[in-house]
Amino acid sequence: MSVFQQIGAVVGMNMQSIPRRLGTSCVVVIGIAGVVGVVVSIFGMNRSLGEALVDSGRPNRAVVLRNGSDGEGSSTLLTDAVATIKDAPGVARTPRGDAAATADMITTANFKRRKDGSAAGLPVRGVEPQAFFVRPEIRLVDGRLFNPGLRELIVGRAAQKEFSGLDIGDHISLRNSQWTVVGVFESGGDVNESRVLADQATLMSAYGRTATSSVTVLLTSESAFDEFKQALTTNPTLSVSVERENDYYLRQSKNATTFFGFVATFVGGVMALGALFAALNTMYSAVSTRVVEIATLRAIGFGATGVVTSVLVESLSLALLGALLGAGVAWALFSGNTISLGNATSSLVFQMHVTPSLLGVGIAWALVVGLVGGLFPAWRAARLPVATALRAV
Amino acid sequence: MKYLPLVWAGLWRKPVRSILTLLSVIVAFVLFGVMHGVTAAIDDIINTMSDTRLRIQSKVSIAEPLPIAYLARIESVKGVEGVGYYAWFGGYYQDPRNQISTGAVDVDRLHAMFPELELKDEYAAAMRTTRNGALIGRDLAAARGWKIGDKIPLKSTVYMRKDRAPDWDFEIVGIYGFGDGKVPTNELWFNYAYFDEARTFGNGTVSLYFAKIADPSRSGPISESIDQLFANSTFETQTLNERDWLRGRIAQIGDMQFFVNAIIAAVLFTLLILTGNTMMQSVRERIPELAVLKTYGFSNGAIMSLVFGEALLLCVGAAGIGVGIAAGLSPMIYREIGAGGISFPLSVVVAGIAVSAVVAILSSLPPARRVQTLNVVDALAGR
Repeated sequence: MSVFQQIGAVVGMNMQSIPRRLGTSCVVVIGIAGVVGVVVSIFGMNRSLGEALVDSGRPNRAVVLRNGSDGEGSSTLLTDAVATIKDAPGVARTPRGDAAATADMITTANFKRRKDGSAAGLPVRGVEPQAFFVRPEIRLVDGRLFNPGLRELIVGRAAQKEFSGLDIGDHISLRNSQWTVVGVFESGGDVNESRVLADQATLMSAYGRTATSSVTVLLTSESAFDEFKQALTTNPTLSVSVERENDYYLRQSKNATTFFGFVATFVGGVMALGALFAALNTMYSAVSTRVVEIATLRAIGFGATGVVTSVLVESLSLALLGALLGAGVAWALFSGNTISLGNATSSLVFQMHVTPSLLGVGIAWALVVGLVGGLFPAWRAARLPVATALRAV
Repeated sequence: MKYLPLVWAGLWRKPVRSILTLLSVIVAFVLFGVMHGVTAAIDDIINTMSDTRLRIQSKVSIAEPLPIAYLARIESVKGVEGVGYYAWFGGYYQDPRNQISTGAVDVDRLHAMFPELELKDEYAAAMRTTRNGALIGRDLAAARGWKIGDKIPLKSTVYMRKDRAPDWDFEIVGIYGFGDGKVPTNELWFNYAYFDEARTFGNGTVSLYFAKIADPSRSGPISESIDQLFANSTFETQTLNERDWLRGRIAQIGDMQFFVNAIIAAVLFTLLILTGNTMMQSVRERIPELAVLKTYGFSNGAIMSLVFGEALLLCVGAAGIGVGIAAGLSPMIYREIGAGGISFPLSVVVAGIAVSAVVAILSSLPPARRVQTLNVVDALAGR
């Protein structure tokens, strides 16, 4: 009998005997399902959060902020600076010949969530008419666009679904003024959908502001970025920072996801440790119920390899089953759920996705636990003193 | 109590299994302690917040300013004993990543609002006489190594100076502490008058007001009369006592609480299965031994209490160790979530022990039933 045939025979025999230890085997499956379920859920939420932000950026757009500001919310750009930025080389033109750029004024307003009435802030952005040329992903799906000069707003689909008072025809009071919601837009579930948009000039006059927050420009091509950045950063009259839009959002998403990444790793790591002890327990007891069987095999000439493999295959397949169960439960419970995270000045409403690649992450965690959990019991099985074990019969 | 040695011996019958079970329960309770510890600590903070101090901010958003002219009008509201204010500055030191919580205030007013503020009279006096004077918190002083007399240039992410100077220069004239050390003291405060005169825009506005009231039961009506003062004006207000304000702020985060609860539930469910299985396994293997005890005259009740006792000892002991480890880890974790300085709530220890006792009892129910229906003759015969 070759080594491979031996392995095949012992593994096959062992797998057939698992149903007799169903109770203890379930412990490994459920323990690992718990770990994988939690890991897949938190990583899934975190990754969906990151994607909602990263998907908002395009490499052929650039964000210009005041030097020293780390986000649009804390940046201010005066009118003459905005004009210089729009005239810079590398900026695309609209069919009418205007610079494809929008100087946005950003403020924020509180709204109440539909489900529990808790209030959180949503960004309200005053955008220029060219904004829709710069950001073609924004599509109006209901109602109409705001009229410049009128106090009208359009709201992102995600924000409108999550918060109350944002339906078409609703009135919103901002600074000393009533605004009417006239349209709803979609933009593929990215961060724009958690925003409220208005005409920049109208919003600025209502707030009495003379400076905008940031300028987003559409570049003539991705490669025009260096030229554009060069022109602005070497201009002595300007003190601005220039970033590709996708880099800007990548930075924002890193800020947002580092914390949850830490939570996922910590919680998942601790749970995996717990599941590891459970797996060791189960596999040790599986080996001890097989003592006579293993000793008999060794006595009639089977090598240690087959026995070790059979223990490892058992623990790995139980781990795999647990991973599938855990990921399945996470998928059933959370996939497609709308998650709403917020603070005083901005909120992000996004869809949570449990993707096949997350399943891969879950399986990897499970297999590590299964492997370590099977290794020590397998070691014991291989070193079992045959004579003493047989005497136990 | 006299059965304790017997329970102890039962536990060490299979040492590897007991130790592994012990470890997995410990790990589960470390997680329970950490996660529950965070939420319980937040509840603790909410409950220690003042209900005699009101926060008045813009109704539209915290980022919206309020006119400084509101000061006198709020002071005139019946029931209000004093008013202070705070103007957000958005300061950073050298690099935008080095953000420092910076506020323009009237220190004397602020001190009157927060009696728990530890501030030497000489520091308060120095603030009055030094136009660009600044007070820094103990934590901030320790973190940056700043001391009294240092000149600190800060930049603002938002505000520019009329004289076009790139930096806002402050001279540190004092260091403040805060009551019991639970609140992080990492802010820099400077004179509002200096700030308002030098900035290019936003002049004559503040970010929020504090108002002190004598009677906490009147915080609702007083808040309402303040908001009514400014209703339908350009800058409408929203007034809440500090406790309700913090509660609202935590609710802003949204779906986080749900995740925490779901994880705790998953951990405890998994734990119940694990421990339950171990207990059943251990009783199953010992059926003949238990039958021997029965023939010696041990009652069903005594044997069942042995089974329960073993589970309780294992679970509650492990839970104690686990929650203890969580308590040890908590200062680091609280710092990570920005709530440094608070202590690990005792309620988590109590909850951990209660939960572990429930897990122990639930998981030993099936084996205990088995003992009850045990037929001695069959068991001794190995049937």
